[in-house]
Amino acid sequence: MVSVEEVYYVSKLAKLSISEEEVEKFRKDFEEILSYFDILDEIEENIKPTFHVLEISNIFREDFERESIKQNKVLLNAPRREEGYFIGPKVVE
Amino acid sequence: MRISEWLKLLEEKGCVEAIKGLLEKIERSELNAYITVCKNEALKLAEDFDKGRLRGKLAGIPVAVKDNITTTGVRTTCASKILSNYVPIFDAHVVERLKAEGAIIIGKTNMDEFGMGTTTETSYFGVVKNPHDLTRVAGGSSGGSAAVIANGEAVLALGSDTGGSIRCPASFCGIYGLKPTYGLVSRYGLIPYANSLEQIGPMANCIEDLALLLEIISGKDERDSTNSGRGFVFRMEKISKIGIIKNMEAEDSIMDKFYEVMNNFDYEEIEISSLKYALSSYYVIAMSEASSNLARYDGVRYGYFSPQLSSWSDYYSRVRAEGFGEEVKRRIMLGSYALSAGYYGKYYLKALRARTLIVDDFKNAFNEFDVLVSPTMPSLPFKIGELKDPLTMYKMDVNTVPVNLAGLPALNIPVGFVKGLPVGLQIIGNYFEENKMLSFAKMIEEFS
Repeated sequence: MVSVEEVYYVSKLAKLSISEEEVEKFRKDFEEILSYFDILDEIEENIKPTFHVLEISNIFREDFERESIKQNKVLLNAPRREEGYFIGPKVVE
Repeated sequence: MRISEWLKLLEEKGCVEAIKGLLEKIERSELNAYITVCKNEALKLAEDFDKGRLRGKLAGIPVAVKDNITTTGVRTTCASKILSNYVPIFDAHVVERLKAEGAIIIGKTNMDEFGMGTTTETSYFGVVKNPHDLTRVAGGSSGGSAAVIANGEAVLALGSDTGGSIRCPASFCGIYGLKPTYGLVSRYGLIPYANSLEQIGPMANCIEDLALLLEIISGKDERDSTNSGRGFVFRMEKISKIGIIKNMEAEDSIMDKFYEVMNNFDYEEIEISSLKYALSSYYVIAMSEASSNLARYDGVRYGYFSPQLSSWSDYYSRVRAEGFGEEVKRRIMLGSYALSAGYYGKYYLKALRARTLIVDDFKNAFNEFDVLVSPTMPSLPFKIGELKDPLTMYKMDVNTVPVNLAGLPALNIPVGFVKGLPVGLQIIGNYFEENKMLSFAKMIEEFS
């Protein structure tokens, strides 16, 4: 069972505001989908998890200086900018 | 249209006229397959071609690119409101490769928002219609790329495949579409949905065109740390043992068509028992990775923003609520849930353990078989609006997601029609054995 409180809790974790109308629909969907996932309970704990399928690790490249993207280009898509910086919402009250 | 047919057109009337004709066709089209058409850039390159200044293996050939692959100076939206104003400042690796070979990027194709869907109905820009029946969906998520190939609105196209997003629309539109081995094609510039599952792949009207596009986009790129460094060169290979995966099923009319094709060959039937976990494992992993990947959309650095700045948490939550569609929100939230304290072991880790079982089962199967075969989709193309609830939609991916979990290559080939709608057959290969899949596809083609 998934409660309305759990849906609100997870929406806060995900940084998504949801409305009262949405919450019941999501609650119902989550319940249905999560109960479908219950088949995974059959899986034994002693099986190694696969995070990645390729058997490669520590792929490094040569460490040499190279040109990076220019500051004015990086800012091109920013809705608010000033003196070469992004302007964001206030973090500290 | 095949490359060979387009080249004839170029000889007859030159590239500018050919591209003009194509642009008119796109303008008249009812499919809603393109989000952005690169009219001026395409005409400019066509002019270059006619003056002999555009060279390469794809010189003068119009290629459509899925709108989750970045293109410098051309809006790239992922079919989401949150990126509806985003203009990338860099090309994806695959786009660099296309440009280096003289291809003409004709436009950016419609898709499910961030690749999250099986019908393109989650697109902010509206559904892509099926060229074979305008009341039906083209499939998803690379529905635009498949539809433009089927309808002659491009000669080649790029799609991306996280859990079937190339193969599903290829099947629904009756074209060829290939999901490469994980690590064969660089993901640099592919806007991520679920990194450990997805690959960019080619879509085309025939096997030779498909193989040529794969040759061009594959290969080493150090900007993707999961790139294998391996390349691909097309050659025919001998196929001696063919397996049909018995527990990958479809509705009866599709199964009849499937066996009508397969009965031309000697095959063995096998059952892969771990496949019963595949859908759950896939959705838990994809949603978990998505919840992390899509954390980057903050309304500060790029994309949709709200004119009203408030506290950080409020602003961020509001921008994302306004910018993402319902299915994307559902997956981000379920992913956050699966990764949250108390549920990580129950969902995420279990899904990764199930993934190990699936990988091992496929490895064992490929000790015995050259290729494995199944119907691509369990159903014919749906009516627009037919799939009402999310779980029913997820279940349509049942035959396509296992190979993404295992990182294997797979290919959809069109094998005919049932009730006037295309049917696709899926060929699965062992790691980096794309040539075996393509060789078997060629054998099937010779019978039809």
